[in-house]
Amino acid sequence: MKLNTSVGWLMVAALLSFGVAGCRKGPQRVTNIHGLKPGEIPEQPSKPIEPGTTKPITVDTAPPAVTLPDETKSGIPLSGADRSNWPADTEIFAAQTVYFDFDKSVVKASEMSKVEDVANRMKSMPGKALRIEGHCDERGTEEYNRALGERRALAVREALVRLGVAADLIDTISYGEDRPADPGHDDAAWAKNRRGVFVLLSPPGGGN
Amino acid sequence: MKYTNPIALTLTLTVYGLCAMRVAPAFAQQEINITEYLDATGFPKPIPVNISGFTGEADTVLKNDLLFMGMANVGPDQAKYLITGSNADRVEGRVIEKINKHSLLAKAYTGGKLRAQVHALADDIAQVITGKPGIAQTKVAFKVETGRPASTGGRVSEVYIADYDGHNPIAVTQDNSTVAAPCWAGRDALYYGSYKGRGIQVYFHRLTTGERRAVTRFPGSNMSPAVSPDGRKLAMILSKSGSPDLYVSDLDGSNLKQLTATREAESSPCWSPDSRSICYVSRDRGPASLYVVAAAGGTPRRLATSGVPNATEPDWSPDGKWIIFTAMFRDFQLCLVPATGGTAMTIVAGEDPSWAPNSRAVIFCRGPDHAKSLSLLDVPTKQVKTIARFSESNSQPSWAK
Repeated sequence: MKLNTSVGWLMVAALLSFGVAGCRKGPQRVTNIHGLKPGEIPEQPSKPIEPGTTKPITVDTAPPAVTLPDETKSGIPLSGADRSNWPADTEIFAAQTVYFDFDKSVVKASEMSKVEDVANRMKSMPGKALRIEGHCDERGTEEYNRALGERRALAVREALVRLGVAADLIDTISYGEDRPADPGHDDAAWAKNRRGVFVLLSPPGGGN
Repeated sequence: MKYTNPIALTLTLTVYGLCAMRVAPAFAQQEINITEYLDATGFPKPIPVNISGFTGEADTVLKNDLLFMGMANVGPDQAKYLITGSNADRVEGRVIEKINKHSLLAKAYTGGKLRAQVHALADDIAQVITGKPGIAQTKVAFKVETGRPASTGGRVSEVYIADYDGHNPIAVTQDNSTVAAPCWAGRDALYYGSYKGRGIQVYFHRLTTGERRAVTRFPGSNMSPAVSPDGRKLAMILSKSGSPDLYVSDLDGSNLKQLTATREAESSPCWSPDSRSICYVSRDRGPASLYVVAAAGGTPRRLATSGVPNATEPDWSPDGKWIIFTAMFRDFQLCLVPATGGTAMTIVAGEDPSWAPNSRAVIFCRGPDHAKSLSLLDVPTKQVKTIARFSESNSQPSWAK
């Protein structure tokens, strides 16, 4: 690739801006992605920049352009599209069910690979949509759990959006503690019940 | 932990009366301390009555009713009022003030079933003895898990209503779906959440006509309706902005206004008796705790529940003095805190409390998940009567005000 002078100056400017920004999140995330709080950006391995070895950032090494929808203070607003009549596949992502810590709605780092799996496969299935069902164990009160389950589903949705899945294609619902995966009343059962379940939605009429 | 109501402590009534037994002066001063009639938290102490003449179910029902309306059945010597009557063909009842033999009530009740006649008598007794309207003829709504599998997975649950003591249950819904958090709108209509349509939506259901309509049609989870005591507004938890937030709307869902915008979950709104404030649960600043916000909008204020962590499911007493709520410890405990916030006290194990109109009795539920039963609590005396479980699991009771 042959660089002309002006691109070279842009490279210099870009490198200088890294220095100013201090590389906190790694070079690819220095520019402020609209609406994201710094602490919520999935951690990228931050490589130290060695003088002389840095390659200029070019478009093809940057992350795919993720256009995040406008966020409210609450988060990423849900799509108004009604997909209640879209056939649902509850099996395809059964292995990707995301589990949560007690009384928490943060997607744990150890669960992120499942979210990444789903994100990658969703990108290969244009036209399809996703429903995330949030669930809780029985140790919260009922409506508290219903809200917590929704918060869990929304946390998984936010993670998917940051990985490039269109927010408008992800629905959420909470079942609170109404639909346990394991009917038991012990730690093992509770751990299985605190979960976010992915359901693939296909357009009615056998679309793509 | 005890509450001292400053008014109760300072109010003493000085009575001047003839007291021939005393030494001079002949007009002795006798002090009657009003705190005798109020317990340490400021609730009226149970009024001692003696109930006689009733048999079988009528006797049981009457004693139960009077317990939850602030009367205690004691021996005739300790009683202030004598309640006599019979239930041979019809229920008859009389109330006599023991000291001066005043007759306060003499009535016979016809029509309806025996329990209904007794409840009517109990309410009349409450009115003449406590001066407060009775609650024996009020209704409760609750969620019943039937144990049958729902078409969409999980268990079927339906909304039921019943007499306040759990008798005469009637199914309000028969949708083979899942329902959540019924609440009353007046005494002949309900709001509740149901998964019968798209996701979970809030529905209005008029009991007299069966008319039903969705008041929300939003993506995400639409939950926890609560009607303001003046019957003009509806508080709900909706997640359409990206997180479960508190909203208020007109009764038909119009004029929707977002009252909170946090990244954490809000839940379980309830109203102050003047319909101007909403108490709800938020995890905005850490573990679940109670907040109060103006129904017209404003900055939420955290309500202190000192000594009790993880406060959920608040319900504001109709007299405005108290908020009862569920603390999530290892298990669930009903707790009481002054409506202005302060030190909370634990009352009894249980969850999801709902006040009776008399600001004294509370209905709540307890038990293992999917096998819960309803119970009635007399808050000042902490007496509990468990209502026999109906079908698989009974929860989320709401007392018609």
